[in-house]
Amino acid sequence: MKQAQFEKQFEADWRQLDQHLATLEKLRRGDLANDPLLNQLPASYRRICHHQALARERGYSLSLIQRLDDLVLRGYRQLYRPRLPLAAPIKQFLLAGFPQAVRAQWPWQLASAVAFCVSLILLWALVRNQPDMVYALLDQATAEQMESMYHPEAEHRNQRSAGDDVTMFGYYIYNNIGIAFRTFAGGLFFGVGALFVMLFNGSFFGAIAAHLTNAGFQQPFFTFVIAHGAPELTAIVLAGGAGLRLGWALLAPGPWSRREALGLAASQAMTVMYGAFALLLLAAFIEAFWSPRQFEAWIKYSVGGVLWLLTLGYLFAAGRR
Amino acid sequence: MIDDRQSMRTAEGATLSLVPAGILPRGGAFLIDLLIRAPVYIAALIVMSTRTGSAAGLMLIFLFLLEWFYPVLFEVLRHGQTPGKRMLGIAVTHTDGAPVTLNGSLLRNLIRQADFFPMFYLTGFVAMLSNRRFQRFGDMAANTMVVHVGNSRPPQQISVAQTTPPDWQVTLDDQQTLLALLERQDSLSAARRQELCALGWPELDSAQAEQRALATARYLRGLE
Repeated sequence: MKQAQFEKQFEADWRQLDQHLATLEKLRRGDLANDPLLNQLPASYRRICHHQALARERGYSLSLIQRLDDLVLRGYRQLYRPRLPLAAPIKQFLLAGFPQAVRAQWPWQLASAVAFCVSLILLWALVRNQPDMVYALLDQATAEQMESMYHPEAEHRNQRSAGDDVTMFGYYIYNNIGIAFRTFAGGLFFGVGALFVMLFNGSFFGAIAAHLTNAGFQQPFFTFVIAHGAPELTAIVLAGGAGLRLGWALLAPGPWSRREALGLAASQAMTVMYGAFALLLLAAFIEAFWSPRQFEAWIKYSVGGVLWLLTLGYLFAAGRR
Repeated sequence: MIDDRQSMRTAEGATLSLVPAGILPRGGAFLIDLLIRAPVYIAALIVMSTRTGSAAGLMLIFLFLLEWFYPVLFEVLRHGQTPGKRMLGIAVTHTDGAPVTLNGSLLRNLIRQADFFPMFYLTGFVAMLSNRRFQRFGDMAANTMVVHVGNSRPPQQISVAQTTPPDWQVTLDDQQTLLALLERQDSLSAARRQELCALGWPELDSAQAEQRALATARYLRGLE
């Protein structure tokens, strides 16, 4: 069959499919399920695949082949539209998938946790012994700001309004989750970015904690941070571990090419990032609405302790068979 | 064919051909998206500086979503196209041609930060130049690529005229070459057309060669 005949015979088909696809491409996901056009798609897709194969085999002109290629690709993209994962997968993920993924990546998660904790302890010990060393890490203004924030007699501590809580909630989401995402991305540079964030945050936290303890403000500080620290610090460490996982894939890809290893590592690390995201949402909520409330110190410490136990217990134990 | 088209076979036996989008359309799409986001960003900052309390907190959450999930939202819900990509006719797909998934889109947009490093997508730029699919690191990790979509031209009418059957055993290559000549004749100058046709019929003078080539091509196409 010559090209002109072929075109004449099927032109109507192609035009119809083109319109049909254009309609499907405009439809939103929700309307799609009960759209009658959708039922015809597999059949018309198979037909266009057949035409494409014929056109290629018979050496028809490139512009015709390109036109059919385009229809095939558009059909394929409609046929294989992903469905959004929702309720059931989320439940499975929280009950088992997330802690399992963290444990499966234990070498990198451990490395990240060690980097964070060691730098924290080192700086804590250093600043406790040599109080002036805190200025090696933060400037005078930051240190003073920290002091005034956690001063036991500070007035602002009793005067937070509900509006302030929401503001801070927004701020914690914007800031902390952004940090976690950047930590993860920074891991791509052979893990250096993620490792740096872990060391920096560990040191910073250790230095501030020690500095405030030196000043005698330990109670307001620790009662404030202990509860939300559980999900927040854990999530930052997890993001660091996920970043290290990415970097490691590039450093030591094993039997894969670096590109394949990166893809593989990224899909595993992404599971942990979803979990870190959920933990940070929880942390922002606690930090904004619970941490600033004034209660007896023992209440705050017990709630914080329980949260730490829950967070770590969840990561170690949930989803084991 | 000398081009950057990537062909692959699907399970149905169809051939998918993907044309990766280069730096210019991708950069252009990024700028358009930036221009769309900028006024929203500025408006949100103004609201935050004038109001305190809940409004400011909600604005911060909104900014967070805008900064990290603007591309994800459009890529997942609008066939891999942010408004900028739509204007430039490009879309994100997986490397096997399948539409981008939520996971893939999130991954490539989180790693965007690393591609941006140290400034103006320098890392991503170098990565894109180093592979055939123009993937930045985020694309490699998510197994996605940015392709041109809907780039085929509408079918052209070719006028019917005298035809000549070929006097040799026509191969598929010969046929495609002649059909391409027929389709592109209007975009070539007369001199160039004759020059090309003379390559096939060196024994004829160039005007005759052109006539002969086009007549043979019309015959092959089946225009009688």
